[in-house]
Amino acid sequence: MQLQTMAAEKLSPAAPPADAAIAIDDVTLRFVTPDGHMMTAIRDFTMTVARGEFACVVGPTGCGKSTTLNLVTGLLRPTTGNVRVMGNPVTEISRDIGFVFQADALFPWRSVIDNVAAGPLYRGTPKAQAYDRARDWIARVGLARFEKHYPHQLSGGMRKRVALAQTFINQPKILLMDEPFSALDMQTRTAMQDELLGLWSELKSSVVFVTHDLEEAVALADKVYVLTAGPGTVKSVYRIDLPRPRVMADIRYDQKFIEIAKVIWNDLREEVQLGQSRGLQTGH
Amino acid sequence: MTAISPASDQAARATSIVAAEARARARLRRRHALVIGLRLAILIVFLALWELGADYGVIDPFFFSSPSGIWEQIWSWVTEGTSQGPLWLQIYVTLEETFLGFAIGAVGGIAAGIVLGRNKLLADVFSIYIKIANSVPRVVLGSVFIIALGLGMASKVALAVVMVFFVVFANAFQGVREADRAMIANAQILGASPYQITATVIIPSAMSWILASLHVSFGFALVGAVVGEFLGAKQGMGLLISTAQGAFNANGVFAAMIILAVMALVVEFIITRFENYVVKWRPAPFNEQGT
Repeated sequence: MQLQTMAAEKLSPAAPPADAAIAIDDVTLRFVTPDGHMMTAIRDFTMTVARGEFACVVGPTGCGKSTTLNLVTGLLRPTTGNVRVMGNPVTEISRDIGFVFQADALFPWRSVIDNVAAGPLYRGTPKAQAYDRARDWIARVGLARFEKHYPHQLSGGMRKRVALAQTFINQPKILLMDEPFSALDMQTRTAMQDELLGLWSELKSSVVFVTHDLEEAVALADKVYVLTAGPGTVKSVYRIDLPRPRVMADIRYDQKFIEIAKVIWNDLREEVQLGQSRGLQTGH
Repeated sequence: MTAISPASDQAARATSIVAAEARARARLRRRHALVIGLRLAILIVFLALWELGADYGVIDPFFFSSPSGIWEQIWSWVTEGTSQGPLWLQIYVTLEETFLGFAIGAVGGIAAGIVLGRNKLLADVFSIYIKIANSVPRVVLGSVFIIALGLGMASKVALAVVMVFFVVFANAFQGVREADRAMIANAQILGASPYQITATVIIPSAMSWILASLHVSFGFALVGAVVGEFLGAKQGMGLLISTAQGAFNANGVFAAMIILAVMALVVEFIITRFENYVVKWRPAPFNEQGT
Protein backbone atom coordinates (compact mmCIF):
# COMPACT_ATOMS: atom_id res chain seq x y z
CA MET A 1 0.00 0.00 0.00
CA GLN A 2 2.74 2.45 -0.92
CA LEU A 3 0.40 4.24 -3.32
CA GLN A 4 -1.52 5.94 -0.52
CA THR A 5 0.68 8.95 -0.55
CA MET A 6 -0.54 12.20 -1.94
CA ALA A 7 -4.29 12.64 -2.01
CA ALA A 8 -5.79 9.45 -0.69
CA GLU A 9 -4.66 9.28 2.86
CA LYS A 10 -5.81 6.14 4.64
CA LEU A 11 -7.14 6.90 8.09
CA SER A 12 -7.38 4.58 11.02
CA PRO A 13 -10.88 4.40 12.48
CA ALA A 14 -10.82 6.00 15.91
CA ALA A 15 -13.44 6.60 18.57
CA PRO A 16 -15.55 9.60 17.47
CA PRO A 17 -14.99 12.99 19.09
CA ALA A 18 -17.84 14.45 21.11
CA ASP A 19 -18.61 17.42 18.84
CA ALA A 20 -19.00 15.44 15.60
CA ALA A 21 -22.16 15.99 13.53
CA ILE A 22 -22.70 12.27 13.25
CA ALA A 23 -21.04 9.68 15.47
CA ILE A 24 -21.76 6.00 15.00
CA ASP A 25 -19.76 4.22 17.70
CA ASP A 26 -19.13 0.47 17.48
CA VAL A 27 -22.66 -0.36 16.34
CA THR A 28 -23.95 -3.84 15.59
CA LEU A 29 -27.45 -4.28 14.20
CA ARG A 30 -29.19 -7.62 14.15
CA PHE A 31 -32.79 -8.36 13.35
CA VAL A 32 -35.03 -11.38 13.24
CA THR A 33 -36.32 -12.25 9.77
CA PRO A 34 -40.02 -13.20 9.39
CA ASP A 35 -39.05 -16.91 9.25
CA GLY A 36 -37.31 -16.65 12.60
CA HIS A 37 -33.63 -16.42 11.63
CA MET A 38 -31.21 -13.91 13.08
CA MET A 39 -29.65 -11.60 10.47
CA THR A 40 -26.69 -9.35 11.11
CA ALA A 41 -26.97 -6.25 8.92
CA ILE A 42 -23.84 -4.46 10.14
CA ARG A 43 -21.31 -5.25 12.85
CA ASP A 44 -18.74 -3.27 14.86
CA PHE A 45 -19.46 -0.25 12.70
CA THR A 46 -17.75 3.03 13.57
CA MET A 47 -18.11 6.22 11.57
CA THR A 48 -17.65 9.92 12.25
CA VAL A 49 -18.74 12.86 10.16
CA ALA A 50 -17.47 16.26 11.27
CA ARG A 51 -19.62 19.38 10.87
CA GLY A 52 -19.69 20.49 7.24
CA GLU A 53 -17.95 17.34 6.07
CA PHE A 54 -19.00 15.35 2.98
CA ALA A 55 -18.65 11.61 3.61
CA CYS A 56 -19.36 8.91 1.05
CA VAL A 57 -20.06 5.26 1.82
CA VAL A 58 -19.21 2.70 -0.85
CA GLY A 59 -19.47 -1.05 -0.72
CA PRO A 60 -20.81 -4.10 -2.52
CA THR A 61 -24.57 -4.59 -2.91
CA GLY A 62 -26.33 -5.76 0.23
CA CYS A 63 -23.55 -4.80 2.65
CA GLY A 64 -25.75 -2.54 4.77
CA LYS A 65 -24.98 0.84 3.21
CA SER A 66 -28.56 2.07 3.53
CA THR A 67 -28.78 0.64 7.04
CA THR A 68 -26.20 3.17 8.23
CA LEU A 69 -28.46 5.99 7.04
CA ASN A 70 -31.48 4.57 8.81
CA LEU A 71 -29.46 4.39 12.04
CA VAL A 72 -28.88 8.14 11.78
CA THR A 73 -32.57 8.92 11.13
CA GLY A 74 -33.62 6.73 14.05
CA LEU A 75 -35.86 4.57 11.86
CA LEU A 76 -33.59 1.66 12.94
CA ARG A 77 -32.16 1.21 16.45
CA PRO A 78 -28.73 -0.35 17.04
CA THR A 79 -28.62 -3.71 18.84
CA THR A 80 -25.37 -2.70 20.56
CA GLY A 81 -23.30 0.48 20.42
CA ASN A 82 -24.68 3.99 20.12
CA VAL A 83 -25.47 6.63 17.54
CA ARG A 84 -25.26 10.36 18.26
CA VAL A 85 -26.38 13.22 16.05
CA MET A 86 -25.08 16.69 16.91
CA GLY A 87 -23.84 15.28 20.20
CA ASN A 88 -27.24 13.91 21.28
CA PRO A 89 -28.29 10.25 21.28
CA VAL A 90 -30.81 9.47 18.53
CA THR A 91 -34.28 8.95 20.03
CA GLU A 92 -36.63 10.19 17.30
CA ILE A 93 -36.37 11.66 13.83
CA SER A 94 -34.32 14.81 14.32
CA ARG A 95 -35.55 18.05 12.74
CA ASP A 96 -31.97 18.67 11.61
CA ILE A 97 -32.06 15.78 9.16
CA GLY A 98 -32.80 15.83 5.46
CA PHE A 99 -33.02 12.65 3.38
CA VAL A 100 -32.87 12.19 -0.38
CA PHE A 101 -34.14 8.80 -1.48
CA GLN A 102 -33.04 6.54 -4.29
CA ALA A 103 -36.59 5.98 -5.47
CA ASP A 104 -38.92 8.78 -6.42
CA ALA A 105 -40.39 9.87 -3.09
CA LEU A 106 -42.17 12.99 -4.32
CA PHE A 107 -45.92 13.16 -3.75
CA PRO A 108 -47.40 12.64 -7.22
CA TRP A 109 -50.68 14.37 -6.30
CA ARG A 110 -48.93 17.60 -5.38
CA SER A 111 -47.56 20.12 -7.85
CA VAL A 112 -43.87 21.05 -7.72
CA ILE A 113 -44.46 24.02 -5.43
CA ASP A 114 -46.73 22.02 -3.11
CA ASN A 115 -44.10 19.29 -2.92
CA VAL A 116 -41.34 21.73 -2.03
CA ALA A 117 -43.50 23.57 0.51
CA ALA A 118 -44.44 20.29 2.22
CA GLY A 119 -41.57 20.34 4.75
CA PRO A 120 -42.19 23.84 6.15
CA LEU A 121 -45.98 23.23 6.14
CA TYR A 122 -45.56 19.99 8.09
CA ARG A 123 -43.41 21.87 10.58
CA GLY A 124 -46.05 24.55 11.10
CA THR A 125 -44.63 27.45 9.08
CA PRO A 126 -47.41 29.89 8.03
CA LYS A 127 -48.67 29.16 4.53
CA ALA A 128 -47.58 32.40 2.83
CA GLN A 129 -44.08 32.15 4.24
CA ALA A 130 -43.75 28.45 3.33
CA TYR A 131 -44.73 29.18 -0.29
CA ASP A 132 -42.35 32.14 -0.50
CA ARG A 133 -39.48 29.94 0.58
CA ALA A 134 -40.62 27.17 -1.77
CA ARG A 135 -40.62 29.58 -4.72
CA ASP A 136 -37.13 30.69 -3.77
CA TRP A 137 -35.81 27.11 -3.61
CA ILE A 138 -37.50 26.10 -6.87
CA ALA A 139 -35.76 29.03 -8.55
CA ARG A 140 -32.46 27.97 -7.02
CA VAL A 141 -32.68 24.52 -8.61
CA GLY A 142 -33.67 26.15 -11.92
CA LEU A 143 -37.30 25.04 -12.13
CA ALA A 144 -39.07 28.42 -11.77
CA ARG A 145 -41.14 27.78 -14.92
CA PHE A 146 -42.39 24.43 -13.60
CA GLU A 147 -43.93 25.43 -10.25
CA LYS A 148 -47.42 24.32 -11.27
CA HIS A 149 -46.38 21.08 -12.96
CA TYR A 150 -47.04 17.67 -11.47
CA PRO A 151 -44.16 15.20 -11.00
CA HIS A 152 -45.33 12.93 -13.84
CA GLN A 153 -44.93 15.85 -16.23
CA LEU A 154 -41.23 16.24 -15.39
CA SER A 155 -38.15 14.32 -16.51
CA GLY A 156 -36.18 12.15 -14.07
CA GLY A 157 -33.52 14.83 -13.63
CA MET A 158 -36.10 17.54 -12.96
CA ARG A 159 -37.83 15.33 -10.38
CA LYS A 160 -34.48 14.90 -8.60
CA ARG A 161 -34.08 18.68 -8.57
CA VAL A 162 -37.50 18.97 -6.94
CA ALA A 163 -36.44 16.33 -4.41
CA LEU A 164 -33.29 18.34 -3.61
CA ALA A 165 -35.30 21.55 -3.17
CA GLN A 166 -37.83 19.68 -1.01
CA THR A 167 -35.01 18.48 1.25
CA PHE A 168 -32.90 21.65 1.31
CA ILE A 169 -35.83 23.95 2.13
CA ASN A 170 -35.77 22.54 5.68
CA GLN A 171 -32.12 23.65 5.85
CA PRO A 172 -30.94 20.33 7.27
CA LYS A 173 -27.72 20.40 9.27
CA ILE A 174 -27.38 16.75 8.34
CA LEU A 175 -28.04 15.52 4.84
CA LEU A 176 -28.44 11.82 4.17
CA MET A 177 -28.50 10.58 0.60
CA ASP A 178 -29.21 7.00 -0.46
CA GLU A 179 -27.90 6.48 -4.01
CA PRO A 180 -29.90 9.54 -5.05
CA PHE A 181 -28.62 9.76 -8.62
CA SER A 182 -28.28 6.07 -9.50
CA ALA A 183 -31.35 6.04 -11.75
CA LEU A 184 -30.22 9.04 -13.83
CA ASP A 185 -28.34 8.99 -17.10
CA MET A 186 -24.69 10.04 -17.21
CA GLN A 187 -25.12 13.68 -18.28
CA THR A 188 -27.99 14.36 -15.92
CA ARG A 189 -26.11 12.73 -13.06
CA THR A 190 -23.07 14.95 -13.63
CA ALA A 191 -25.28 18.05 -13.66
CA MET A 192 -27.02 16.93 -10.46
CA GLN A 193 -23.71 16.30 -8.71
CA ASP A 194 -22.60 19.85 -9.52
CA GLU A 195 -25.97 21.13 -8.31
CA LEU A 196 -25.58 19.20 -5.06
CA LEU A 197 -22.06 20.47 -4.40
CA GLY A 198 -23.25 24.04 -5.06
CA LEU A 199 -26.15 23.75 -2.60
CA TRP A 200 -23.97 21.98 -0.05
CA SER A 201 -21.27 24.68 -0.11
CA GLU A 202 -23.96 27.29 0.61
CA LEU A 203 -25.64 25.37 3.38
CA LYS A 204 -22.56 23.79 5.00
CA SER A 205 -24.47 20.65 5.96
CA SER A 206 -22.75 17.46 7.04
CA VAL A 207 -23.43 14.86 4.37
CA VAL A 208 -23.51 11.07 4.30
CA PHE A 209 -23.83 9.99 0.69
CA VAL A 210 -24.31 6.28 -0.01
CA THR A 211 -23.41 5.05 -3.48
CA HIS A 212 -22.18 1.95 -5.27
CA ASP A 213 -20.34 4.14 -7.77
CA LEU A 214 -16.78 4.62 -6.54
CA GLU A 215 -15.97 7.43 -8.97
CA GLU A 216 -19.00 9.38 -7.81
CA ALA A 217 -17.83 8.90 -4.22
CA VAL A 218 -14.28 10.11 -4.91
CA ALA A 219 -15.51 13.06 -6.97
CA LEU A 220 -17.88 14.30 -4.29
CA ALA A 221 -16.41 13.39 -0.93
CA ASP A 222 -13.98 14.65 1.68
CA LYS A 223 -13.89 11.17 3.14
CA VAL A 224 -14.74 7.76 1.65
CA TYR A 225 -15.78 4.79 3.78
CA VAL A 226 -15.23 1.40 2.14
CA LEU A 227 -17.49 -1.30 3.56
CA THR A 228 -16.90 -5.05 3.54
CA ALA A 229 -19.32 -7.50 1.96
CA GLY A 230 -22.25 -8.14 4.35
CA PRO A 231 -22.53 -8.16 7.27
CA GLY A 232 -20.95 -4.78 6.65
CA THR A 233 -18.25 -3.18 8.68
CA VAL A 234 -15.77 -0.45 7.81
CA LYS A 235 -12.86 -1.90 5.85
CA SER A 236 -10.97 1.33 5.39
CA VAL A 237 -11.41 5.09 5.36
CA TYR A 238 -9.79 7.45 2.87
CA ARG A 239 -9.43 11.20 3.03
CA ILE A 240 -9.81 12.76 -0.43
CA ASP A 241 -7.75 15.93 -0.70
CA LEU A 242 -8.86 17.08 -4.13
CA PRO A 243 -9.24 20.89 -4.19
CA ARG A 244 -12.68 22.51 -4.10
CA PRO A 245 -14.73 23.80 -5.82
CA ARG A 246 -14.79 20.71 -8.00
CA VAL A 247 -16.34 20.52 -11.47
CA MET A 248 -17.82 17.09 -12.06
CA ALA A 249 -17.48 17.08 -15.85
CA ASP A 250 -13.71 17.72 -15.61
CA ILE A 251 -12.65 15.97 -12.46
CA ARG A 252 -12.88 12.47 -13.93
CA TYR A 253 -9.97 13.32 -16.29
CA ASP A 254 -7.84 14.71 -13.45
CA GLN A 255 -4.67 12.63 -12.95
CA LYS A 256 -4.85 12.79 -9.17
CA PHE A 257 -8.52 11.70 -9.24
CA ILE A 258 -7.68 8.67 -11.37
CA GLU A 259 -4.89 7.62 -8.97
CA ILE A 260 -7.11 7.89 -5.92
CA ALA A 261 -9.93 5.98 -7.60
CA LYS A 262 -7.46 3.23 -8.52
CA VAL A 263 -6.15 2.90 -4.96
CA ILE A 264 -9.61 2.67 -3.45
CA TRP A 265 -10.83 0.33 -6.17
CA ASN A 266 -8.01 -2.10 -5.33
CA ASP A 267 -9.37 -2.12 -1.81
CA LEU A 268 -13.01 -2.43 -2.83
CA ARG A 269 -12.58 -5.01 -5.58
CA GLU A 270 -12.19 -8.09 -3.43
CA GLU A 271 -15.27 -7.14 -1.40
CA VAL A 272 -17.31 -6.74 -4.58
CA GLN A 273 -16.15 -10.14 -5.83
CA LEU A 274 -16.91 -11.71 -2.46
CA GLY A 275 -20.34 -10.10 -2.42
CA GLN A 276 -21.11 -11.31 -5.91
CA SER A 277 -20.00 -14.91 -5.38
CA ARG A 278 -22.08 -14.97 -2.19
CA GLY A 279 -25.05 -13.56 -4.06
CA LEU A 280 -24.75 -16.33 -6.66
CA GLN A 281 -24.72 -18.96 -3.93
CA THR A 282 -27.76 -17.70 -2.09
CA GLY A 283 -29.62 -16.51 -5.15
CA HIS A 284 -29.95 -12.86 -4.17
CA MET B 1 -10.66 12.91 -34.93
CA THR B 2 -12.93 15.27 -36.88
CA ALA B 3 -16.51 16.12 -36.16
CA ILE B 4 -18.91 15.32 -38.96
CA SER B 5 -22.14 17.28 -39.20
CA PRO B 6 -25.01 16.35 -41.48
CA ALA B 7 -26.03 18.83 -44.18
CA SER B 8 -29.54 20.18 -43.75
CA ASP B 9 -32.14 22.37 -45.43
CA GLN B 10 -34.02 24.19 -42.66
CA ALA B 11 -36.91 25.64 -44.73
CA ALA B 12 -37.78 22.43 -46.56
CA ARG B 13 -37.77 20.49 -43.32
CA ALA B 14 -40.12 23.01 -41.62
CA THR B 15 -42.74 22.81 -44.41
CA SER B 16 -42.65 19.02 -44.49
CA ILE B 17 -43.20 18.94 -40.69
CA VAL B 18 -46.25 21.21 -41.00
CA ALA B 19 -47.71 19.02 -43.74
CA ALA B 20 -47.09 15.83 -41.72
CA GLU B 21 -48.79 17.35 -38.67
CA ALA B 22 -51.86 18.30 -40.72
CA ARG B 23 -52.05 14.75 -42.11
CA ALA B 24 -51.80 13.25 -38.63
CA ARG B 25 -54.56 15.51 -37.31
CA ALA B 26 -56.84 14.62 -40.22
CA ARG B 27 -56.18 10.92 -39.58
CA LEU B 28 -57.13 11.30 -35.90
CA ARG B 29 -60.38 13.09 -36.82
CA ARG B 30 -61.30 10.41 -39.35
CA ARG B 31 -60.68 7.67 -36.81
CA HIS B 32 -62.82 9.39 -34.20
CA ALA B 33 -65.67 9.76 -36.71
CA LEU B 34 -65.31 6.09 -37.66
CA VAL B 35 -65.59 4.94 -34.03
CA ILE B 36 -68.73 7.02 -33.42
CA GLY B 37 -70.24 5.91 -36.73
CA LEU B 38 -69.65 2.22 -36.00
CA ARG B 39 -71.15 2.56 -32.51
CA LEU B 40 -74.33 4.10 -33.96
CA ALA B 41 -74.47 1.49 -36.73
CA ILE B 42 -74.32 -1.39 -34.24
CA LEU B 43 -77.12 0.16 -32.15
CA ILE B 44 -79.35 0.68 -35.19
CA VAL B 45 -78.75 -2.81 -36.60
CA PHE B 46 -79.43 -4.38 -33.18
CA LEU B 47 -82.71 -2.46 -32.68
CA ALA B 48 -83.82 -3.08 -36.28
CA LEU B 49 -83.20 -6.84 -36.05
CA TRP B 50 -85.08 -6.99 -32.75
CA GLU B 51 -88.03 -5.03 -34.14
CA LEU B 52 -88.17 -7.00 -37.41
CA GLY B 53 -87.78 -10.30 -35.53
CA ALA B 54 -90.73 -9.35 -33.34
CA ASP B 55 -92.83 -8.27 -36.35
CA TYR B 56 -92.19 -11.48 -38.32
CA GLY B 57 -92.63 -13.81 -35.35
CA VAL B 58 -88.99 -14.94 -35.01
CA ILE B 59 -88.95 -13.42 -31.51
CA ASP B 60 -92.13 -13.67 -29.43
CA PRO B 61 -92.86 -10.10 -28.30
CA PHE B 62 -95.01 -11.47 -25.45
CA PHE B 63 -91.85 -12.72 -23.69
CA PHE B 64 -89.08 -10.64 -25.21
CA SER B 65 -90.92 -7.42 -26.03
CA SER B 66 -89.88 -5.19 -28.93
CA PRO B 67 -88.23 -1.76 -29.21
CA SER B 68 -91.48 -0.09 -30.28
CA GLY B 69 -93.39 -1.79 -27.45
CA ILE B 70 -90.82 -0.65 -24.89
CA TRP B 71 -90.91 2.88 -26.27
CA GLU B 72 -94.73 2.98 -26.05
CA GLN B 73 -94.54 1.74 -22.46
CA ILE B 74 -92.02 4.41 -21.47
CA TRP B 75 -94.05 7.08 -23.25
CA SER B 76 -97.24 6.07 -21.47
CA TRP B 77 -95.43 6.08 -18.12
CA VAL B 78 -94.08 9.55 -18.85
CA THR B 79 -97.40 11.02 -20.07
CA GLU B 80 -99.97 9.11 -18.04
CA GLY B 81 -97.98 7.93 -15.04
CA THR B 82 -97.61 4.38 -13.73
CA SER B 83 -100.09 2.28 -11.82
CA GLN B 84 -98.40 3.40 -8.59
CA GLY B 85 -98.11 7.13 -9.34
CA PRO B 86 -96.00 9.36 -11.60
CA LEU B 87 -92.82 7.85 -13.13
CA TRP B 88 -90.66 10.68 -11.75
CA LEU B 89 -91.68 9.81 -8.23
CA GLN B 90 -90.61 6.17 -8.76
CA ILE B 91 -87.25 7.28 -10.14
CA TYR B 92 -86.83 9.77 -7.32
CA VAL B 93 -87.60 7.20 -4.62
CA THR B 94 -85.17 4.64 -6.04
CA LEU B 95 -82.43 7.24 -6.54
CA GLU B 96 -82.88 8.55 -3.02
CA GLU B 97 -82.49 5.05 -1.54
CA THR B 98 -79.52 4.37 -3.79
CA PHE B 99 -77.72 7.60 -2.94
CA LEU B 100 -78.31 7.30 0.79
CA GLY B 101 -77.08 3.71 0.79
CA PHE B 102 -74.16 4.59 -1.44
CA ALA B 103 -73.07 7.55 0.69
CA ILE B 104 -73.35 5.74 4.02
CA GLY B 105 -71.69 2.59 2.70
CA ALA B 106 -68.88 4.48 0.96
CA VAL B 107 -68.08 6.75 3.90
CA GLY B 108 -68.18 3.81 6.31
CA GLY B 109 -66.07 1.65 3.99
CA ILE B 110 -63.44 4.36 3.50
CA ALA B 111 -63.24 5.12 7.23
CA ALA B 112 -63.00 1.44 8.21
CA GLY B 113 -60.46 0.77 5.45
CA ILE B 114 -58.20 3.59 6.61
CA VAL B 115 -58.43 2.71 10.31
CA LEU B 116 -57.70 -0.97 9.73
CA GLY B 117 -55.11 -0.25 7.06
CA ARG B 118 -53.17 1.97 9.47
CA ASN B 119 -53.43 -0.37 12.45
CA LYS B 120 -51.82 -3.78 12.03
CA LEU B 121 -53.33 -5.31 15.17
CA LEU B 122 -56.90 -4.29 14.33
CA ALA B 123 -56.37 -5.53 10.77
CA ASP B 124 -55.12 -8.93 11.95
CA VAL B 125 -57.99 -9.31 14.43
CA PHE B 126 -60.84 -8.17 12.19
CA SER B 127 -59.70 -9.56 8.83
CA ILE B 128 -61.22 -12.98 9.54
CA TYR B 129 -64.63 -11.53 10.41
CA ILE B 130 -64.65 -9.32 7.36
CA LYS B 131 -63.86 -12.32 5.19
CA ILE B 132 -66.79 -14.22 6.73
CA ALA B 133 -69.19 -11.29 6.39
CA ASN B 134 -68.07 -10.80 2.81
CA SER B 135 -68.81 -14.40 1.86
CA VAL B 136 -72.43 -14.21 3.05
CA PRO B 137 -74.69 -13.66 0.01
CA ARG B 138 -75.73 -10.17 0.98
CA VAL B 139 -78.88 -9.94 -1.13
CA VAL B 140 -80.44 -12.45 1.26
CA LEU B 141 -80.06 -9.84 4.00
CA GLY B 142 -82.75 -7.92 2.12
CA SER B 143 -85.38 -10.24 3.58
CA VAL B 144 -84.00 -9.68 7.06
CA PHE B 145 -84.10 -5.92 6.61
CA ILE B 146 -87.69 -6.01 5.31
CA ILE B 147 -88.74 -7.98 8.39
CA ALA B 148 -86.79 -5.74 10.77
CA LEU B 149 -87.20 -2.31 9.16
CA GLY B 150 -90.50 -2.60 7.31
CA LEU B 151 -91.61 -1.77 3.78
CA GLY B 152 -90.38 1.84 3.89
CA MET B 153 -87.15 3.39 2.75
CA ALA B 154 -84.95 2.21 5.65
CA SER B 155 -84.83 -1.44 4.58
CA LYS B 156 -83.71 -0.55 1.01
CA VAL B 157 -81.08 1.88 2.25
CA ALA B 158 -79.76 -0.77 4.64
CA LEU B 159 -79.45 -3.31 1.84
CA ALA B 160 -77.67 -0.78 -0.41
CA VAL B 161 -75.29 0.04 2.47
CA VAL B 162 -74.17 -3.56 2.97
CA MET B 163 -73.80 -4.01 -0.78
CA VAL B 164 -71.51 -0.97 -1.01
CA PHE B 165 -69.60 -1.17 2.26
CA PHE B 166 -67.51 -4.27 1.62
CA VAL B 167 -66.42 -3.30 -1.88
CA VAL B 168 -65.29 0.15 -0.79
CA PHE B 169 -63.75 -1.15 2.42
CA ALA B 170 -61.67 -3.80 0.62
CA ASN B 171 -60.35 -1.23 -1.84
CA ALA B 172 -59.63 1.46 0.74
CA PHE B 173 -57.82 -1.09 2.91
CA GLN B 174 -55.72 -2.31 0.00
CA GLY B 175 -55.01 1.26 -1.09
CA VAL B 176 -53.75 2.18 2.38
CA ARG B 177 -51.58 -0.94 2.51
CA GLU B 178 -50.07 -0.22 -0.90
CA ALA B 179 -49.03 3.33 0.00
CA ASP B 180 -45.41 3.75 -0.97
CA ARG B 181 -42.94 3.14 1.92
CA ALA B 182 -40.41 5.65 0.61
CA MET B 183 -43.10 8.30 0.32
CA ILE B 184 -44.19 7.74 3.93
CA ALA B 185 -40.59 7.84 5.15
CA ASN B 186 -40.05 11.02 3.14
CA ALA B 187 -43.05 12.72 4.78
CA GLN B 188 -41.89 11.52 8.19
CA ILE B 189 -38.40 12.98 7.74
CA LEU B 190 -39.79 16.22 6.28
CA GLY B 191 -41.53 16.59 9.64
CA ALA B 192 -45.04 15.15 9.26
CA SER B 193 -46.92 13.92 12.34
CA PRO B 194 -48.77 10.57 12.14
CA TYR B 195 -52.02 12.48 11.56
CA GLN B 196 -50.43 14.54 8.77
CA ILE B 197 -49.09 11.37 7.18
CA THR B 198 -52.58 9.86 7.11
CA ALA B 199 -54.16 13.04 5.74
CA THR B 200 -51.55 14.05 3.17
CA VAL B 201 -49.92 10.77 2.10
CA ILE B 202 -52.08 7.74 2.94
CA ILE B 203 -55.47 9.06 1.87
CA PRO B 204 -54.34 10.65 -1.41
CA SER B 205 -52.43 7.52 -2.41
CA ALA B 206 -55.41 5.29 -1.56
CA MET B 207 -57.65 7.63 -3.56
CA SER B 208 -57.26 5.88 -6.93
CA TRP B 209 -58.25 2.59 -5.31
CA ILE B 210 -61.21 4.17 -3.54
CA LEU B 211 -62.46 5.94 -6.65
CA ALA B 212 -62.19 2.75 -8.68
CA SER B 213 -64.39 1.01 -6.11
CA LEU B 214 -66.94 3.85 -6.18
CA HIS B 215 -67.62 3.12 -9.87
CA VAL B 216 -68.44 -0.51 -9.15
CA SER B 217 -70.23 0.07 -5.90
CA PHE B 218 -72.71 2.61 -7.24
CA GLY B 219 -74.04 -0.19 -9.41
CA PHE B 220 -74.22 -2.37 -6.31
CA ALA B 221 -76.13 0.32 -4.42
CA LEU B 222 -78.67 0.46 -7.24
CA VAL B 223 -78.99 -3.34 -7.17
CA GLY B 224 -79.49 -3.20 -3.40
CA ALA B 225 -82.24 -0.58 -3.66
CA VAL B 226 -84.06 -2.32 -6.54
CA VAL B 227 -83.84 -5.78 -4.97
CA GLY B 228 -85.10 -4.30 -1.71
CA GLU B 229 -88.10 -2.85 -3.56
CA PHE B 230 -88.60 -6.18 -5.28
CA LEU B 231 -88.88 -7.93 -1.95
CA GLY B 232 -91.50 -5.54 -0.66
CA ALA B 233 -92.13 -1.84 -1.13
CA LYS B 234 -94.77 0.83 -1.68
CA GLN B 235 -92.86 2.91 -4.25
CA GLY B 236 -89.89 2.67 -6.59
CA MET B 237 -88.55 1.18 -9.80
CA GLY B 238 -88.12 -2.26 -8.27
CA LEU B 239 -91.82 -2.37 -7.41
CA LEU B 240 -92.61 -1.23 -10.96
CA ILE B 241 -90.66 -4.20 -12.31
CA SER B 242 -92.24 -6.68 -9.96
CA THR B 243 -95.74 -5.34 -10.81
CA ALA B 244 -95.01 -5.67 -14.54
CA GLN B 245 -93.68 -9.17 -13.94
CA GLY B 246 -96.86 -10.11 -12.08
CA ALA B 247 -98.97 -8.88 -15.03
CA PHE B 248 -96.79 -10.73 -17.63
CA ASN B 249 -95.96 -7.31 -19.05
CA ALA B 250 -92.55 -7.83 -20.73
CA ASN B 251 -92.66 -4.29 -22.13
CA GLY B 252 -92.88 -2.94 -18.60
CA VAL B 253 -89.93 -5.02 -17.34
CA PHE B 254 -87.70 -3.95 -20.23
CA ALA B 255 -88.81 -0.31 -19.99
CA ALA B 256 -87.96 -0.19 -16.28
CA MET B 257 -84.66 -1.89 -16.97
CA ILE B 258 -83.75 0.75 -19.54
CA ILE B 259 -84.71 3.59 -17.21
CA LEU B 260 -82.47 2.06 -14.51
CA ALA B 261 -79.61 1.71 -16.99
CA VAL B 262 -79.92 5.37 -17.98
CA MET B 263 -79.90 6.37 -14.29
CA ALA B 264 -76.74 4.32 -13.70
CA LEU B 265 -75.02 5.80 -16.78
CA VAL B 266 -75.79 9.37 -15.75
CA VAL B 267 -74.39 8.81 -12.26
CA GLU B 268 -71.38 6.96 -13.68
CA PHE B 269 -70.70 10.01 -15.83
CA ILE B 270 -70.87 12.28 -12.78
CA ILE B 271 -68.52 10.01 -10.81
CA THR B 272 -66.03 10.01 -13.70
CA ARG B 273 -66.10 13.81 -13.81
CA PHE B 274 -65.53 13.90 -10.04
CA GLU B 275 -62.68 11.41 -10.36
CA ASN B 276 -60.97 13.44 -13.08
CA TYR B 277 -61.28 16.49 -10.88
CA VAL B 278 -59.89 14.81 -7.76
CA VAL B 279 -56.99 13.00 -9.43
CA LYS B 280 -56.03 15.57 -12.02
CA TRP B 281 -52.42 14.93 -11.04
CA ARG B 282 -52.51 11.53 -12.73
CA PRO B 283 -51.01 11.03 -16.18
CA ALA B 284 -53.63 10.51 -18.91
CA PRO B 285 -54.31 6.81 -19.48
CA PHE B 286 -52.53 5.37 -22.46
CA ASN B 287 -55.61 4.58 -24.57
CA GLU B 288 -57.72 7.63 -23.75
CA GLN B 289 -60.49 7.88 -26.36
CA GLY B 290 -62.30 11.19 -26.55
CA THR B 291 -65.80 9.93 -25.66
